[in-house]
Amino acid sequence: MANSADNREKRGHSHRGRRANLILVGLAVVLVVLGVLSFMVGRYPISPDKVVGMLFGSVAPIDQFWTAQEATIFFNVRLPRVILAMLVGCCLASAGAAYQGTFQNPLVSPDILGASQGAALGAAVAILIGLASFGVSAFAFVFAIATVMLVVLVAQAARGNQVLTVVLAGVMVSSLASAGVSFAKLVADPADQLPAITYWLMGSLTSAKPADVQMVIAPMAVGLVVLFVLRWRINILTMGDEEASTMGVNTKRLRLIIIVAATLITAASVAVTGMIGWVGLVIPHLSRMLIGSDYRKLMPASMLMGASFLLLVDDVSRLLTTAEIPIGILTAFIGAPFFLYLITREGRRK
Amino acid sequence: MSVKVENLGFAYGSHRVLEDISFDVAEGTLVNVLGPNGTGKSTLFRCILGLNRSYTGTIIVNGKDIRTLSIRERAREMAFIPQSHKPVYDYAVLDVVLMSSGAGSGVFFSPKSSDVDRAYEALERVGIGFLADRPYTRISGGEQQLVLIARALAQNASTIIMDEPTSALDYGNTVRVLSCVRQLAEDGLTVIQSTHQPDQAFLYADKTLVLHEGNVLAYGTPKDTITAELISKIYGVDVEVNSLHDDKVRVCVPIRELDKERIG
Repeated sequence: MANSADNREKRGHSHRGRRANLILVGLAVVLVVLGVLSFMVGRYPISPDKVVGMLFGSVAPIDQFWTAQEATIFFNVRLPRVILAMLVGCCLASAGAAYQGTFQNPLVSPDILGASQGAALGAAVAILIGLASFGVSAFAFVFAIATVMLVVLVAQAARGNQVLTVVLAGVMVSSLASAGVSFAKLVADPADQLPAITYWLMGSLTSAKPADVQMVIAPMAVGLVVLFVLRWRINILTMGDEEASTMGVNTKRLRLIIIVAATLITAASVAVTGMIGWVGLVIPHLSRMLIGSDYRKLMPASMLMGASFLLLVDDVSRLLTTAEIPIGILTAFIGAPFFLYLITREGRRK
Repeated sequence: MSVKVENLGFAYGSHRVLEDISFDVAEGTLVNVLGPNGTGKSTLFRCILGLNRSYTGTIIVNGKDIRTLSIRERAREMAFIPQSHKPVYDYAVLDVVLMSSGAGSGVFFSPKSSDVDRAYEALERVGIGFLADRPYTRISGGEQQLVLIARALAQNASTIIMDEPTSALDYGNTVRVLSCVRQLAEDGLTVIQSTHQPDQAFLYADKTLVLHEGNVLAYGTPKDTITAELISKIYGVDVEVNSLHDDKVRVCVPIRELDKERIG
């Protein structure tokens, strides 16, 4: 009797696991299809057979049936752009998911500890002193990391609830950095520097180059692997520090590792694309609705969905008008209404 | 000796909460910690669990000084059952139980199928195996408390600390949770549990530890320990301790109510 009940429940559990795995496979398929579509669409459409040919041309013996111009567009413009959209979406969504668990707060996004504002300040400074695009990205990256490091140091010096002090320190240091950005705009040359800063702040994938991908791929890979490996432990952190600690989790160390990994990928993302909001907040929520709260499934789901979402939004921004709408604006147009929907839904539940 | 506390003292800043606390708990014993609010029960538990590090004196659990143990090693020796609370995110009951399965393992641990089996066994042991796939937030408070007990069992520690496990439960759930805990002690686990109900000690505990103003006021079997004088001293309420069923159990009744006309 007890045994048959046992087996029934076990089947229930594996059924739940299978359903989650199917969803993950589905999300992966969506991402691949969107990826191929994204190679094709744009001002110069490329047919699907040519996309596949060019993708595998370097590893398989395929005779060139595409023009040199198509190859240039494909490898120098579209390929880096598609890869970057996927990577950035994946990074922002997984950093957001990690933070929402780590800080036990569903309304937290990857820039909660000041990574975005720090990057913005770095970019603004770089533009002011006249650096080229690589310099701007490098400055943004370094400033983003430095800002979060400052936040963590301040929080560790403060007394009291660690979760609260980190988030509070993040908000304060963020506002400091954004004051710095405002000052940079004030003193910037309105003819060229000011528009450059403003445009950077909007966030865009338009200028994605192969060099950008090369620059960010290493930090992103490291951070993503760390978050993926630690994902089950984030479940325990959501129960609160004391409970987690009686279950053998060194909460202080785990939180620090997650912050470092999430900061690495957020900083790398923001450094090459500028400010892209909402992905890190909204995608983890969508994933949670789809697949549940267990981070063993939630983390990969957020990664796949984030990549697909940013790819889709980027395609829309490419196709909608000839003068492309910066992707940061589009994600906000989609993210903000969704966020409002979420908080009103929470209110109705109570 | 499963838990041995010697000359334990603890202060928040200059405010002394615990002073010179000493007691032993033998293996397989259920100890009830009794005392009014603010008397240091939770602080005592936090010290034993290693959450308060700056105590004076010694705490030995299963022969090991907990001051020398890492977080991971402590989790191998003892499990903690908090009061049930609403988590931020909704997990399946089984996933909540699984959370303790990595206690004692490294950071790269993720539950295997043997851990899933152990989590099911723990749920069956407290009698709620049928809840395994239900969302944790949509079961009753009593069931949630049983899930947390199952989680502590799945942690495979021989000592369990519970902070007022029944304070938020209705009468039926209180009885179910406490008799489940009683059974665990009979199976050989050491349980230290705080409570506000002296009657519960008579029914379920092997020993009662009475904390008063940061000191151990009394420690012994419930019948020897819980007297009318003691209740009057720690709670400021005069009671009559009555014996029922040939002294198998006892209950405390406030005298104030007995004197009133409407009774008898």
